[in-house]
Amino acid sequence: MATLLIAEHNGTELAPATLSALTAAQQIGSDVTVLVAGADVKAVADAVAQCAGVSKVLLAEGDSLAHDLAENLSELVMSMASDYSHIMAPANSVSKDTMPRVAALLDVGQLSDITAVLSGDQFQRPIYAGNAIATVTSKDATKVITVRAAAFDKVATTGGSATVESISAPEANSHTAWVNDELSKSERPELTAAERIVSGGRGVGSAENFALVEALADKLGAAVGASRAAVDSGFVANDLQVGQTGKIVAPSLYMAFGISGAIQHLAGMKDSKVIVAVNKDEDAPIFQVADYGLVGDLFEVLPEMTEKL
Amino acid sequence: MKILVGVKRVIDYNVKVRVKSDNTDVDLSNTKMAINPFCEIAVEEAIRLKEAGIATEVIAVSVGSSASQEQLRTAMALGADRAILVEAEGTVEPLNVAKAFAKIMAQEEAGLVILGKQSIDSDNNQVGQMLAALTKRPQGTFASNVTVDGDSVSVTREIDGGLRTVKLALPAIVTTDLRLNEPRFAKLPDIMKAKRKPQDNTSFADLGIEVKQHIQLDKVEAPAARQGGVKVGSVDELIQKLKDEAKVI
Ligand SMILES: Cc1cc2nc3c(=O)[nH]c(=O)nc-3n(C[C@H](O)[C@H](O)[C@H](O)COP(=O)(O)OP(=O)(O)OC[C@H]3O[C@@H](n4cnc5c(N)ncnc54)[C@H](O)[C@@H]3O)c2cc1C
Ligand SMILES: Nc1ncnc2c1ncn2[C@@H]1O[C@H](COP(=O)(O)O)[C@@H](O)[C@H]1O
Repeated sequence: MATLLIAEHNGTELAPATLSALTAAQQIGSDVTVLVAGADVKAVADAVAQCAGVSKVLLAEGDSLAHDLAENLSELVMSMASDYSHIMAPANSVSKDTMPRVAALLDVGQLSDITAVLSGDQFQRPIYAGNAIATVTSKDATKVITVRAAAFDKVATTGGSATVESISAPEANSHTAWVNDELSKSERPELTAAERIVSGGRGVGSAENFALVEALADKLGAAVGASRAAVDSGFVANDLQVGQTGKIVAPSLYMAFGISGAIQHLAGMKDSKVIVAVNKDEDAPIFQVADYGLVGDLFEVLPEMTEKL
Repeated sequence: MKILVGVKRVIDYNVKVRVKSDNTDVDLSNTKMAINPFCEIAVEEAIRLKEAGIATEVIAVSVGSSASQEQLRTAMALGADRAILVEAEGTVEPLNVAKAFAKIMAQEEAGLVILGKQSIDSDNNQVGQMLAALTKRPQGTFASNVTVDGDSVSVTREIDGGLRTVKLALPAIVTTDLRLNEPRFAKLPDIMKAKRKPQDNTSFADLGIEVKQHIQLDKVEAPAARQGGVKVGSVDELIQKLKDEAKVI
């Protein structure tokens, strides 16, 4: 039987996480069908069809799919679930909302956030904020899986020539209504897709001071990230939180300024290739994972670095 | 309106867990245990809804061993009116937990169920969504604001790109994110009083649920440790290392 992968996109573009999840899906060893669902997402479906190793693309367009409501999206997935042995998606706020519903409706368990595919039914996933790695076997006929994108390489966006087949959208669920979105607007790269990230923590002190972090990020073409303390203190928006319960990132370069290195924060960034930590406390736990540590005052280091680069 | 809240007993979030030397699981012997932090936020939200006159009763529900009574008592000290323990040994999978909540939600005719978004031990992030699917009731996951208005509830959700608000018909299921509220601390007199609050024990068998195993735990290992790095003495040295050694800028 085939594998179904639900694509992540923003309505117009395919999210890079989908390319990583495609690698995981292909490791199962069966044909991979990709589902692209949304209001007006033909362009995304066409882009997926070009990706290496995609057998078929299903395009579902309709008003009921406009705001990623889990009630409607899970209904759509259920309408085709019997054709697949594996139903997968990159772990993101839409799939986290939707996939457990699919699992429950199929009366199967879900494997959240897998980091390795060992076989068609055996996988690895981090538990306890990444302080342990579990190897697990699914005993269900249908495997429902979310994939930690940072753990898999991306497939090529060219070389494929899958057919795109249109399917109908489900009826909108009458119990749930979308009201509005307040989306962060930023010219900077998206956190989970960025090659470089400059993050600030409580040590940055205020929303105004975050301009220092942003200035270095812009110099490096980097995304801006934050600790929970920085988000809770209102320095930056919630969607910049890196960690166990925020975003999981693994860029080539992660720079942490004024972040102590709590296990919940480390859970979100310790798989970065190179980690830099700047902290005035030489005993800060962040130094235990940093490739390069600088004991110093971020208010001096940040401007100096921005200037010298 | 009655509110059910999920209270899971987990390792204290400050404690770094160790893997057992035989790699069968993590070692939780002599480990400090606590209410899952997201469940604390759920309890707090329910209590505030009661204080605001919207909820009539707050019922804390835990699925687990008898040791979970400790966390249920804490929830009652914080303000929950009573508690239900679904006794079960070992790890209970999310789908089985969701089935237990579905039964209790129907028995109690609860108008709102507030759960955490995620258990900090298994990091599953599943039970609320599964419960919503099983009961065919709407869900508002990862909530940073909850406003009950008559027979509906507006939930502002933390999503990848920012915030999204949805309106759900009651009964509904809400899961909490970190910024929904700041939980209060239990006061000593309340901890004493909580001892007299009622707690019922039930089981999967009593609830008529057949517990199934979906996922088998084969092995638990410590993650690959990062190589310790170096300390640099100046910004110049840092820039030089990033350019010439790490080659990342
Ligand atoms: C359920 C739960 C989930 C959580 N999820 C997350 C998560 O996803 N992500 C996350 O980040 N946290 C998370 N946390 C919070 C986590 O436990 C820590 O509280 C948080 O990461 C601390 O943030 P911080 O390092 O910015 O602040 P602090 O721990 O207060 O550290 C601030 C640091 O800044 C340094 N500093 C201060 N001034 C300066 C200066 N001028 N120059 C240089 N250094 C300076 C200090 O030495 C200190 O090390 C979670 C907690 C719980 C309970
Ligand atoms: N054994 C349990 N007992 C009570 N509530 C639970 C239990 N397991 C999960 N929950 C609830 O479901 C939420 C999400 O858990 P999970 O899906 O396991 O990450 C938790 O924050 C709890 O509110």
